Amino acid sequence: MLKRLLALIRKELQIVLGNPKSRGMLIMPVVLQVILFPFAATMEVRHATLAVYNQDAGPASVELIQRMGRAAAFDRVRLVHSEPELRATLEGQDALLGVAIPADFSRRLLVGETAPLQVILDGRRSNSGQIATGYVTQVVSAYAVERGAPAATTLDVRNIYNPNLHSMWHVLPSLVAIITTIGCLFVTALSVAREREEGTFDQLLVSPLTPLYIMIGKAVPGILIALAQGLFIAGAAAWGFRVPFTGDPLVLVAGILCYGMALAGIGLFISSICMTQQQAFFGVFAFMSPAVLLSGYVGPIENMPLALRILAWSNPLTHTILIMKGVFLKGFGFQQAWPDLWPLLAVAVCTLSIALTMFRRHIA
Amino acid sequence: MNDPSIRNAGGAPNGRISGKGISMRRLLALCRKESYQIVRDPSNILIAFVLPVILLFLYGFAINLDVSLVRLGLLRLDDGPAAVSFEQQLRGNPVFELHPGASQAALQAAMSRGEIRGMVVIQSDFSSKWTHGQGAAIQVLTDGSEPNTANFVSSYVQGAFANWQAARAPLADGTPVPGLDLRSRAWYNPATISRDYLVPGSIAVVMTIIGALLTSLVVAREWERGTMEALLATPVTAAELLLSKILPYYVLGMVAMVLCTLVAVLLMGVPFRGSFLVLAGSSTLFLGAALGFGLFLSTTLRNQFNAAQAALTAGFLPAMMLSGFVFEIGSMPLPLRLLTRVFPARYFTSSLQTLFQAGTIPAILVPNDLCLALLMVFWLTLTARKTTRTLD
Repeated sequence: MLKRLLALIRKELQIVLGNPKSRGMLIMPVVLQVILFPFAATMEVRHATLAVYNQDAGPASVELIQRMGRAAAFDRVRLVHSEPELRATLEGQDALLGVAIPADFSRRLLVGETAPLQVILDGRRSNSGQIATGYVTQVVSAYAVERGAPAATTLDVRNIYNPNLHSMWHVLPSLVAIITTIGCLFVTALSVAREREEGTFDQLLVSPLTPLYIMIGKAVPGILIALAQGLFIAGAAAWGFRVPFTGDPLVLVAGILCYGMALAGIGLFISSICMTQQQAFFGVFAFMSPAVLLSGYVGPIENMPLALRILAWSNPLTHTILIMKGVFLKGFGFQQAWPDLWPLLAVAVCTLSIALTMFRRHIA
Repeated sequence: MNDPSIRNAGGAPNGRISGKGISMRRLLALCRKESYQIVRDPSNILIAFVLPVILLFLYGFAINLDVSLVRLGLLRLDDGPAAVSFEQQLRGNPVFELHPGASQAALQAAMSRGEIRGMVVIQSDFSSKWTHGQGAAIQVLTDGSEPNTANFVSSYVQGAFANWQAARAPLADGTPVPGLDLRSRAWYNPATISRDYLVPGSIAVVMTIIGALLTSLVVAREWERGTMEALLATPVTAAELLLSKILPYYVLGMVAMVLCTLVAVLLMGVPFRGSFLVLAGSSTLFLGAALGFGLFLSTTLRNQFNAAQAALTAGFLPAMMLSGFVFEIGSMPLPLRLLTRVFPARYFTSSLQTLFQAGTIPAILVPNDLCLALLMVFWLTLTARKTTRTLD
């Protein structure tokens, strides 16, 4: 029986990897995504333009503007000379942020009064705007401290796991999980659907293989592909992008394997309720795109309403991202990873047994 | 395939007709066939109408980039008045959910599990140093594995700290705190609700799904099932074939667009300040480009698995990552900034955000629409040429 199973697995792998076009489709997108996305998926603000409307002729405002221009986020400071010009600059998105300094700014500072100034951000890009406002705030408060605000008490901020808050360190471990999702789901979900569409699934069912073996034969290639893609991306992250790897490498492998099993279960489940490849493809997509949004990768889970938090918790991608981040940045061993490993195994067991029941019913 | 005379002899009555002439009757028949195929498969309805609404709601309610709640660990080793008052300052701020911890190690373990996103540590000598003006310090530790949240944590604590200091400082040395008062204001979105710009942006993603993903399968499916050969044996011309693939999906896309706009404006309360006519025009140009791209993949790859993968990689993922609706394009390195210009989603996202939040601003909309029109012409021409060749 084992020989037959191996033959089935080999056949499945040949279908996916034997044809250069299909092979390319499993390799090329992964390579492209690993090269491009870490640079794209960043919440940092860089190369931005700051529009400044300075009505004050005094030295304080000039000094402050120069300091803002030196902040890493801003490549360019654009001086505007009227309120309408400031509005047009922001409206046409020629600047991310506007700063308006009133005419009495330097004078007020000189006599020891509080001097107001205003930051205007573009609501269409308010996230980047808020981050850039943070940079401006830092410049302004540093300047205020130098001008003699009491500095007897200080706030020491330290970021652990990622001291300089490199967004790459957060993006790449997450990408190990996200990119792997696509390949594995596709291979498992479309393989049964393709056989259904071509009519060869019935031939498989009348072969000496039992439904359990057919299911294993369909799941294993997907899990192997997930493992290969996951390890490739993890390797690229550790060696190519120099993300520190502080945990147990075995946990990395175990995490990808468990995630692969959960994905194979989901893929086969989708496959078992679909009649055509198109339906399977759309099914995969209808699972995958909400799963990415509910994984905590784009926005933090604790900000979601309760019902969505529950969905996010039952989402295998959420746990895999936590394992990957843990094993890269937080020095996870099996003990720390277990709270996120068992939900993956639970999803795998549930979906694989549902898929098996559906296969059995197909024969009966 | 290589012998045009044989193919044309069986197909078009006139040897040179393929790719040029259009018979309304044949076109309508083909469109009807395509529409039946769309309507009869429930998976099309799922992708065109159900998934868009789900995604819109997720972008509106699941993704909150403004970080409205910060779970913050607190370790106060000092019972002095200054330390207690700083803790009260933190407790008074609704954004913090404070988790007092027994030791720094316990809090750090909670942070490693992701239960808290940061912690504030007040050492035992804080109050005495503070009263004597000896440079007292409060430590803030954040979870750097979530850089965006970590930034919010430290800036919120900094804000609370500055307020506390401003309130306490006059008591310490008798003079009011001079300085600078920085106020920020957001135009178009004064409350900086991330929903208001994420939902319009996500409409571009949804439209990419309908435009490129649905169509990436249609021609490949006909080739795989062998029905393309049957179609080629009829007098159908290339132009009719292409139009019959475009028109039904264009109608489907526009219906989905109306649905998305209604859901966004009526159910989710996202403001719309632009012109609906301009919205319809931009949507048409975008759908043209997306449909052209999807059909191009389908026509060239002729295999559903490969076309689907390609549409996902080159259509959907760039719409998510490179369109500028979550990740700022201006912050990307130059080669990527140039690359984003190839994808129609970038222009459509920008137009949608402007139309919904700011209004009809020609300085933004005209260049976007020109680029979309260019991309539309490019992809449709390329697809048309590919379609002609397969018929010859």
